[in-house]
Amino acid sequence: MKTDANGFADSIWRVFSSLQLTIALLIGLATVSIIGTVIPQEGTAALENYLRTISMSTYQFYDRLGFFDMYHSWWFIALLCMLCMNLIACSLRRLPHDWKSITQPPMVLDEALERSLPLSTLLEVPDDAADIEQKASSLLRQEFATPTVNRCGREIHLFAQKGRCGRIGVYVLHASIIVIFIGVIIGSLFGYETSVEIPEGGSVTRIVTAKGTTIDLGYTLRCDSFAVSYYETGVPREYKSVLSVTDKGRTIVDRQAVIVNRPLTFRGTTFYQSGYRPAGPPAFHVTVRDRSTGSTARITARQGETVSLPGGGSFRPIDYVPEVRPSVPHAAGPAMLAEFIPAAGEPQTVLLLQRYPEFDVRRGGGLVFTCDSIDETWITGLKVVRDPGVRVVWLGCLLLVGGLFTAFFQSHRRIWIRIAGGRIVLAGSARRSHAAFKGFFEDLADKLQKM
Amino acid sequence: MSSSLLFTIATLTYLASTVMFFVYLAVRSRGVGLSGTLAALFGFIVQTAALGLRWKESYDMGHGHAPLSNLYESVVFFSWAIILIYLLIDAKYRFRAVGAFVVPLALLASAWAQLSLDSGIAPLVPALQSDWLLYHVITCFLGYAAFAAACGVSVMYLFKARHERANGTVRSGGVFSLFPAANVLDELNYRAIMVGFPLLTIGIITGAVWADYAWGTYWSWDPKETWSLIVWFIYAAFLHARITRGWVGKRSAILSIAGFAATVFCYLGVNLLLSGLHSYGGG
Ligand code: HEM
Repeated sequence: MKTDANGFADSIWRVFSSLQLTIALLIGLATVSIIGTVIPQEGTAALENYLRTISMSTYQFYDRLGFFDMYHSWWFIALLCMLCMNLIACSLRRLPHDWKSITQPPMVLDEALERSLPLSTLLEVPDDAADIEQKASSLLRQEFATPTVNRCGREIHLFAQKGRCGRIGVYVLHASIIVIFIGVIIGSLFGYETSVEIPEGGSVTRIVTAKGTTIDLGYTLRCDSFAVSYYETGVPREYKSVLSVTDKGRTIVDRQAVIVNRPLTFRGTTFYQSGYRPAGPPAFHVTVRDRSTGSTARITARQGETVSLPGGGSFRPIDYVPEVRPSVPHAAGPAMLAEFIPAAGEPQTVLLLQRYPEFDVRRGGGLVFTCDSIDETWITGLKVVRDPGVRVVWLGCLLLVGGLFTAFFQSHRRIWIRIAGGRIVLAGSARRSHAAFKGFFEDLADKLQKM
Repeated sequence: MSSSLLFTIATLTYLASTVMFFVYLAVRSRGVGLSGTLAALFGFIVQTAALGLRWKESYDMGHGHAPLSNLYESVVFFSWAIILIYLLIDAKYRFRAVGAFVVPLALLASAWAQLSLDSGIAPLVPALQSDWLLYHVITCFLGYAAFAAACGVSVMYLFKARHERANGTVRSGGVFSLFPAANVLDELNYRAIMVGFPLLTIGIITGAVWADYAWGTYWSWDPKETWSLIVWFIYAAFLHARITRGWVGKRSAILSIAGFAATVFCYLGVNLLLSGLHSYGGG
């Protein structure tokens, strides 16, 4: 007899391990997840952004519900925890039964078992029992799996099974979800994510996390160079930082190219190419040729800097583009724009194309400019991530996919044969693909009959 | 011959196939049904060639990449995948009437791509230069296509089940006599989702791996990711609902249709409706 307390605990357990709760939780999670895709998840700090579209009172209401960072709100995490508990409870409730059915299957086909099985058929054969057993055994071995033989008095029982892992797949699958959660928790407890800027030629030995803690890397990370290359359409093709790692003067990583999608991982910390900005105004190296004398002079000017020219007048670089194709069709490569003030006359704007040294000839006038090179030094922006949980997450994902495939495409199939005198009973069951198994079963019955 | 001409031919063939399937439902002639399937097969072959040709064309332009990098290419691939799934179902079960509910979805996708999406071949921006993108897109869209087939079959189920309830299973006649029995459709719906769910799962995981390589976070709750998770939750609910009593049949079919609606929203709605709020909504 159960006491009331026991009955109460029992019904709690039953609710917690029920599939109805699973369905409710899954549909519930799907529904509430929509909120965070409609309301931008910028966190409470982005007050002004939000007030542009919603009123203050709505803002306060949403804020109280945690809608601005809802995937980390207590109630969303509580739902995920409920799902985990539901999953664990459900697995614990079912595992003993499933485990028993694969480790201690009923090997003797008695009447009760026969009645409970979806497929069973009675065959009459005129032979003597010993021979039938031999033949049935080898038939099962050939067509299905090696059977175990049991004798109960005059009856002989054969039992064979296949695809036992099909029953375990579901447990692996559900456990994998817990594994993934564990990986996520490890990452959020012991990992960090921040960013660091290194100018070309510069290096860092420590980084500062988002929370303001300074972390000593224990080695020196140097940015040897940074470059952006462009498609002819002017769209960026590649952002590339060349990074080196040295430890106490010894070079450990030598000039490794880090591009988007190919980060550098060193001692558990990963550096991702994430941004860049100029370290200062670019420098332009320009050759000035006097059209009448043919004499040339080389000048160097930074953007915005005015440089006087040998024969009088001045030259001031205004701007440049790394790829001119989108604005000047039929041309390609870098282009610079400068203001040229002749010794006598009006200021002029000159366009110089690095790949076409003679381009400025058509402008006319006494001086011809050619752009030899443009030096721009950059500061590369790297995202720095340390996530000791990420391997656990991938392990969980692997188990998830493996479990899913075994649960879906492996069917636990069992076949029993009882031989008593000239009567053979063949019975079987399958967890999945019943139609295919039924066909196989009928085939087997045919072969058994014809033995 | 250019790939765009082939894409147009494929689209017109899907149109012809759709029309044949509708005629098949109306006149119930087996030959018409068969020609609907053959037309779909022909369109599929042409579209496959077109995808290959477009791939080659992008190499000829100097920045070769698989034709799976923008909205146009993904919509075209979606229609290709739907026809692939349909042809597999047809090869296995030979239920001709299913074509009338699945091929139109492919036609819709293909026609939309040809008529109103920008079909230019653009070079890949750095974030998209990853093999994981390829695995991600292929698995996701094969999964989506299986869900599309499940949705088509579910709609058939709703018609057929109502008809069976009204007339009993014995009496046949009318359009619905061409449909497989309601319980067969129910099973087919489940089978299609059993194929789609693992594919979507792998799609989400490869997406996470890619995000981890490109941005250093495998999950950032952006609207696209979140919607893919929503879709995943819905189909997980569907699979569990099958095991509980009372959820087979009509409710199952409705859940499958809702799942596909969420899939379409995940695919298009997020980009077209929600991306205004998030600069990183695309992808
Ligand atoms: C995100 C969460 C979950 C996912 C993705 C998931 C996935 C699956 C899948 C794919 C199956 C196989 C379905 C089939 O055989 O058709 C399954 C079966 C099952 N799941 Fe889950 N599940 C989840 C959570 C849960 C939870 C919380 C429970 C707890 C009650 C649960 C209990 C079960 C049970 C009892 C089965 C049936 C096993 C069988 O008899 O074959 N699942 N699950």
